[in-house]
Amino acid sequence: MKNNIFSKLLDAKHRGRTGSFALVIISYIIIEALMHTGSLSSLFSSLLVPVTCYIVASIGLNMNVGISGELNLGQAGFMSVGAFTAVSVSGRLAPIMPNPIIRLIFAIVAGIIMAAVFGIIIGIPVLKLEGDYLAIVTLAFGQIIKSIITNMYLGFDDTGLHFSFVEKTMSLNPGGKMLLDGPMGATGVQRIANFTAGVILILISLIVVYNIIYSRSGRAIMAARDNRIAAESVGIDISKTKMLSFVLSASLAGAAGALYGLNYSTLVPAKFDFNTSILILVYVVLGGLGNMTGTIISTVILVLLPELLRSMQDYRMLIYAVVLIAIMILTNNDRVKTFFAGLRQSIFRKKQEGSV
Amino acid sequence: MEEKHKPVLEVKELGIDFGGLTAVNDFSMQIFDKEIVGLIGPNGAGKTTVFNMLTKVYKPSRGSIFFLGEDTAGKSVVEMSHAGIARTFQNIRLFNQLSVLDNVKTGFHDRVKYSNLSAVFRTPSFRKKEREIEEGSLELLKIFRLDTEAENLAKNLPYGAQRRLEIARALATDPKLLLLDEPAAGMNPQETEELMDMIRLTRDHFGIAILLIEHDMKLVMGICERITVLNYGMMLSEGTPDEIQADPQVIKAYLGE
Repeated sequence: MKNNIFSKLLDAKHRGRTGSFALVIISYIIIEALMHTGSLSSLFSSLLVPVTCYIVASIGLNMNVGISGELNLGQAGFMSVGAFTAVSVSGRLAPIMPNPIIRLIFAIVAGIIMAAVFGIIIGIPVLKLEGDYLAIVTLAFGQIIKSIITNMYLGFDDTGLHFSFVEKTMSLNPGGKMLLDGPMGATGVQRIANFTAGVILILISLIVVYNIIYSRSGRAIMAARDNRIAAESVGIDISKTKMLSFVLSASLAGAAGALYGLNYSTLVPAKFDFNTSILILVYVVLGGLGNMTGTIISTVILVLLPELLRSMQDYRMLIYAVVLIAIMILTNNDRVKTFFAGLRQSIFRKKQEGSV
Repeated sequence: MEEKHKPVLEVKELGIDFGGLTAVNDFSMQIFDKEIVGLIGPNGAGKTTVFNMLTKVYKPSRGSIFFLGEDTAGKSVVEMSHAGIARTFQNIRLFNQLSVLDNVKTGFHDRVKYSNLSAVFRTPSFRKKEREIEEGSLELLKIFRLDTEAENLAKNLPYGAQRRLEIARALATDPKLLLLDEPAAGMNPQETEELMDMIRLTRDHFGIAILLIEHDMKLVMGICERITVLNYGMMLSEGTPDEIQADPQVIKAYLGE
């Protein structure tokens, strides 16, 4: 029986899934161990939460770009929605809900729901478009979200929540607190996010994404990607499948943003701009379209790399660019691919022989 | 037993214009239960256009299509599939990045359903239904001798096997009428021979009606019970293979004066 489960996990169909989970859990254990022995630099520890956030956002985007085949340039917009929702919810709940863990869960769930709602609202008109047009509209959406939040004022006092798009009309009773302060964003945020929460979020994202991919809906999404006309001919409703992957992607971005926002004491709307969307897209493309394990690895490397190269100052972005190009060439090289395929095969064969 | 005389498909005076060009005009036909009907004609006669109208890829400009006694006006491609018309394509349209098995599984999309939530939580009902889909798909693959290729990507199959996979996928939707668009295109004589057996077997095993477009006259004359000939978008002739072969108009259309 044990043997059966083991061989099932290493079965070609489940190998990617097993690999992702193993990678995340083993990395988590190693990093936690390093943290407890104090051998982690403060720079590195400060990057742990952002890395997990970007991984969750990338997994979401890979669902959209890799599995569904739709180019989405608005992922940062959904992160922004999630982040500012979570920060506001957490700020509002802080006086009545002192337990940070429960508050974190509430805030993240609120971020996910809000991002999903935005995903549906934007998805209805946008998903009628394809290819470049979809990319342009999602890009515009990201900018619109940024502008809206830059001009949004939200505060609360003993009379309740106050909301405005014009600062001057905002007058709070004494004891009140601003949650969102226009271009200043959110300030004085209680930092309740932590690395463990990030890793749990990654694991949940992986479970949801993999379980959807290996299901009726996942097959429908990929079928619509591979051949739209044939997919319709077997009774697949294209707009439904597209909507599912778009909203799932948006929700994961919302979760990522929520965690990200609650990791800093101040958060400005300009943080989630077009560049962030592109960065996440780069993580996904370099990690491999539809390849979740690859996405995790590339996100970790590409988030850490600029920070690790800080000592090289001006040459930093130069090296970053060279690394990007190198990865692109390597992952698209047939010889390299066959080498890794052969390596993988020999490793797995050995393991399987060993398990018999 | 009145149902036996009702046609599965009844097309009345169907026509379509593209801009000012009339591609098909005044096309009528009936297909009865468990019949194999051929649709032939020279290149550009409008055969595939007829298929596209039957499956609502194109909206007909004129005429009506009754399927199982029901008017199909206003239905979408997805609804036609749901109603029970399945098809294959002239230029093969498989889901290339999916495995052979998954290609057939997509055909079960409308038949075996469960919610996304039960998929995320892998509930017992999800497991049961996935098993049902898997068993049904493997059975179809076995019939079309593709079971050994189940885990391969569809794009890596040889040409003849891809054509067979398209038929298997279409049948997975549990149709009442199967439309085959040049199933023997690109096949060698031996493969065509096997295909003929397979089409007959499909009809007998699944008890469905089949309408096929084909240029291979050996196949058409060999398995079709009735044949409709189309030329320049107009119906030229209709009848049994023997009648069609003897029709001077058909001979003229194919060979010229």
